[in-house]
Amino acid sequence: MTDTIIELRNVWKTYPMGEVQVHALRGINLKIKKGEFVAIQGPSGSGKSTAMFMVGCLDVPTKGHVFLDNKDISLLQESDLAQIRGKKIGFIFQRFNLLPTLSAIENVELPMVFQNVLETQRIKKTKSLLKSVGLEERMTHRPTQLSGGEMQRVAIARALTNDPQVLLADEPTGNLDSKTGEEIMRFLHILHKKEKRTIVMVTHDKNIAKQAERQINLKDGQVL
Amino acid sequence: MIKDYFRFAFRSITNRKLRSWLTMIGIFIGIASVVALISIGQGMEDAINEQFESMGSDKVMVMPGGEGGFGFGAFSADPLTENDLKVIEKTKGVDKVAEMFYKNGRVKFKDETKTILVIGLPTDESADVITSMEGFEAEKGRDLKNGDKYKVTIGWRFWNEDIFEKSVNLRNKLEIEGEKFEVVGLVKRIGNPQDDAQIYIPIEVAKELFDDDEISSIFVQVKKGYEPSEIAEEIKEELRDYRDEEEGEESFQVQTFEQLMESVSSILNIVRAVLIGIAGISLVVGGIGIMNTMYTSVLERTKEIGIMKSIGAKNSDILLIFLLESGTYGIVGGVIGIVLGLSMSLGVEKIAAMFLGTDLLRASITLWLVGGALAFSFIIGCISGVFPAKQAAKLKPVDALRYE
Repeated sequence: MTDTIIELRNVWKTYPMGEVQVHALRGINLKIKKGEFVAIQGPSGSGKSTAMFMVGCLDVPTKGHVFLDNKDISLLQESDLAQIRGKKIGFIFQRFNLLPTLSAIENVELPMVFQNVLETQRIKKTKSLLKSVGLEERMTHRPTQLSGGEMQRVAIARALTNDPQVLLADEPTGNLDSKTGEEIMRFLHILHKKEKRTIVMVTHDKNIAKQAERQINLKDGQVL
Repeated sequence: MIKDYFRFAFRSITNRKLRSWLTMIGIFIGIASVVALISIGQGMEDAINEQFESMGSDKVMVMPGGEGGFGFGAFSADPLTENDLKVIEKTKGVDKVAEMFYKNGRVKFKDETKTILVIGLPTDESADVITSMEGFEAEKGRDLKNGDKYKVTIGWRFWNEDIFEKSVNLRNKLEIEGEKFEVVGLVKRIGNPQDDAQIYIPIEVAKELFDDDEISSIFVQVKKGYEPSEIAEEIKEELRDYRDEEEGEESFQVQTFEQLMESVSSILNIVRAVLIGIAGISLVVGGIGIMNTMYTSVLERTKEIGIMKSIGAKNSDILLIFLLESGTYGIVGGVIGIVLGLSMSLGVEKIAAMFLGTDLLRASITLWLVGGALAFSFIIGCISGVFPAKQAAKLKPVDALRYE
């Protein structure tokens, strides 16, 4: 039990869509161990994004329990969830999701701003992270001045700023050409192998999913 | 952290330049007009207070005419006479009494004739009750003195400006109502264009010249240790008895300068409040402009809000970010508004001095006004941002992230 970092126990998520209730998740059970590289795979509408939101503390289940580091988060308030996200989770999105008005360095700094980290410390950390993803030359560029691959590398650096226990990657290669996609995947492998980070990747692409250690297949809100 | 949020605010404001300027125009027009009005209003009150203070607060003024006006020129069926003067002189607490006479007269200098207000002043020692109070003192030459007959002192504009083709100087001759007078004193500037266009002659001569022995007004110096307002009541009672008039139906007015000052400043306050109220409306409109911009901004940045929440921003962080942004609109608009408002009031001061010749309209610039306006504009910005910021803060991270 101790090496389980995330556990979803009989998790249901229901969204009201007009008159009807849509069940995005129907009683999902899954466990992710510390240091694992897991791919949650399924076609669109399978509930994989909803599952990722649960794992990432962005949402709480309608029914059931989500445990992060043995702590039940399903009953927490939004402000507590925000704290957990800021400290324990690092997000990498399909569309990079960088703030367009901020430079690369400011984007990477941002999670530390929300954690009240001192400015000198922030800058030091940010610079070393951007260097590690090979962007030391482009730190002051805005997202619009960066290529897709560069933006995703900034996003990876941002996800790592607060030393999260879990990296969540939502279709990380979805908006990139195959060559750049491979490069990003190489980064994820390095983070997994060398830094022993737990990575949960959500994708509809079987070839990408195969690169993970383990695959969880979802369909119609249930684990196959 | 706050520093970073301010930086974000500036970034997002400068990122949408046109919209930001349009938003801030609303605020800075409002702040500029309020600042200008307060500055001029305060300056005016200071100027009036200064004038009153120089007149002295230990004086009481008696004028013909019923209630409902103050100052010079009330026509009355029951003019004040020498006998009234004597009654006042005998009233308890009265130290000195001085009478003043004034009437418009034809004044000729070289070949020009103008209608000028001629003031008759006492030449004995009672004169200084009036001169010290009204500022009718000679700057060059001398004041009228005992024994003077056809001597005249002239207001500032005669020897500095353009009342006559040529400026009048010491030892020049003026013809007043057909009599020749010698200029013996040039009176210092009073600061009010009407007052600076008067001439002064001995009161006895004036009465003779105009063939009139009405008294235009009586100035009373109150003895030390007496309360001017009590003495004013005392004088009122004595005069009423003497003239056989009912209380409330007097044909004369008795006023202390404190009362005069109060009535002037209360009128001034009302005018000021109305003007600032009107200017305040434009501030409200400016605030609504900020609110509109902020709602648009929240909508446009829904996705950004989602991103910030996903990387650890709490609701309170989002609230603060948006509040500071709208506060920044307020404060930047405020700074521009203050600069604009103060230049406006300084401009009014210059124009008033140049074209109206008055120094009553002046700009009062205090740290308090600048600081207050700055704080006020920031607060307006923040208040206008409260609802949009709350809306932003309560967005669910999942919904915000999915928003396109």
